[in-house]
Amino acid sequence: MKASKNETIVQVENLKMYFPITRGLLRRKVGDVKAVDDISFDIKKHETLGLVGESGCGKTTTGRCILRLYQPTSGKIIFSGIDISKLPERKIKDHRRDMGTIFQDPFGSLNPRQSAGGIVGDPLKIHHMASGKELKGRVEELFELVGLDPSMMDRVPHEFSGGQRQRIGVARALACNPSLVVCDEPISALDVSIQAQIINLLEELQEKLGLTYLFIAHDLAVVQHISDRVAVMYLGRIMELTSSTELYENPLHPYTKALLSAIPIPDPAAERTRSRIVLKGEVPSPVNPPPGCHFHPRCSLAIKECSETRPPLRDVGNNHYVACIRV
Amino acid sequence: MALLDVQNLKTYFHTEYGLVKAADGVSFNVNQGEIIGLVGESGCGKSVTILSIMQLIPSPPGKKAGGKVIFEGKDLLQYQPNGQEMRSIRGSKLTMIFQEPMTSLNPVLTIARQMTETLELHLDMDKSAARERGIELLKMVGVPDASRRIDDYPHQFSGGMRQRVMIAMALSCNPMIIFADEPTTAVDVTTQAQLLELMKDLVTRLNTSLVIVTHNLGVVARYAQRIYVMYAGRIIESGPSEAIFSDPQHPYTVGLLNSVPKLGERHGERKLIPIYGLPPNLINMPPTCAFLPRCNAKIGRCSKEPWPELRVVGKDHLISCYANIKGK
Repeated sequence: MKASKNETIVQVENLKMYFPITRGLLRRKVGDVKAVDDISFDIKKHETLGLVGESGCGKTTTGRCILRLYQPTSGKIIFSGIDISKLPERKIKDHRRDMGTIFQDPFGSLNPRQSAGGIVGDPLKIHHMASGKELKGRVEELFELVGLDPSMMDRVPHEFSGGQRQRIGVARALACNPSLVVCDEPISALDVSIQAQIINLLEELQEKLGLTYLFIAHDLAVVQHISDRVAVMYLGRIMELTSSTELYENPLHPYTKALLSAIPIPDPAAERTRSRIVLKGEVPSPVNPPPGCHFHPRCSLAIKECSETRPPLRDVGNNHYVACIRV
Repeated sequence: MALLDVQNLKTYFHTEYGLVKAADGVSFNVNQGEIIGLVGESGCGKSVTILSIMQLIPSPPGKKAGGKVIFEGKDLLQYQPNGQEMRSIRGSKLTMIFQEPMTSLNPVLTIARQMTETLELHLDMDKSAARERGIELLKMVGVPDASRRIDDYPHQFSGGMRQRVMIAMALSCNPMIIFADEPTTAVDVTTQAQLLELMKDLVTRLNTSLVIVTHNLGVVARYAQRIYVMYAGRIIESGPSEAIFSDPQHPYTVGLLNSVPKLGERHGERKLIPIYGLPPNLINMPPTCAFLPRCNAKIGRCSKEPWPELRVVGKDHLISCYANIKGK
């Protein structure tokens, strides 16, 4: 279906993103929020990589590091062959043109005073890719691409519904013909009956334009539907990474299993036969994460070694990676 | 006989743009010990229905426009919203769990202060007895170290823990019915699983009825015995949980079920079938079926006749639709 799937577009190596915590007048550093704690993965061309986890697990931070909206603490981000993790701000712009972003909140991410056409055309102006008539033509084209009527170009965001606003967000992300699009919870703010419209739109656009997606969401059912491969994150680390089918049919990490069993299925018959693993306690703070495996205090399989050394993300065959010594 | 019988409940809002019929003839009933699901998208009137039963709709702009809420043989809507009768029922026999635990707890009062208030008011407990009962309730909902944590403020609790406190408060006066308005929307899935299991265990043990209001069909599939689906201020389908999920009859319910990805479907196996168009704006609605503009099963009658009455399509299974999408 999709050609040249083995070409890597993004390679993330040992990425760390720590946010300092400061106290007092001198803003003395007293600790770190370890939002992303040494993770490595790659994204292949034309695929959708899903990044799933609960709030605070570092999935959004990972996405923002790849976009270089954050300067990572350490690690490499190789985008189309170039390490962008340490590039100075003025050089990053050229690479950012090749990346699009769709944000979660279709209300907060659009300037309420700007016309929809202006919002979609802005990236083209910033990157000097079009102006005048050409700009208008391209914006019209983008409106049609995402299923909006180009005659609505002069309206401002509040005149659109939530779903239409998210379409404006998609059009803006695609304005510069990016190869990678980071979708950060693109549907979680939308009504249930509208979500499917946006998912289908994203799938169609990927087919048509050969896009690569990093799809960040907390809803595993949605991620599994849209993604080729899925990475499960917990407290700044990747716990499991494999194809979405394998993840559902053969989850190996105890956290993945608990996460899968916690998701409610709209089918009472299936629900009755399903056993539910209810996790004890809550996600610890990323300021002071537990030693060893971050999941061990809540894990039913934990042994002494789990609290001592960090389990590496290892290949257990069939491109299935898992960070657990008990598997 | 049903514990709570809501008949033809109507709540309208007068706005400067026109009349909004937020709940437009809602009827449902709750039996003792039963778990009911009230499902619909945002703006369909599900919260308004619950708030109307509790008489918590501010007036103006809201207006009781008709219907009855029969509870223990009396019509609650006959009572003044702030009258003695209503106040003695609200918060004791009928209680609520709200969606946002941070905004529904008072940030400047300790948990102890907020929990004991209802106990002292409704059960005439003295301060120390109320405090003891508060600690007991917190233990029951699984707040660790309850005797110390009862003196904490809401911001010292995590989202999941705050919602546990809300559940404890809702249970404090041994209620007959708990209305949970999107109780798990603001929390993560693993916390959601913890809270739902907890609520189910508690209501089963205490033989309390629970009405779960949600937009997430998955949440009610596991727990609810009966489900009501709402659209644009009306109930458009109701029935036993199995019937709603395995044999939905209203085009909207069918559409809703087809438009959500199901866990376990292989990647690329099925394209989602969205419901086209948008949920309607409830201002000055036409008399015809509100789902008509988005419906893919419409027949000639639909655009000529008023919104259809509920009709029986199976055992305890009702829909409000002229079309027979399954030939029934």
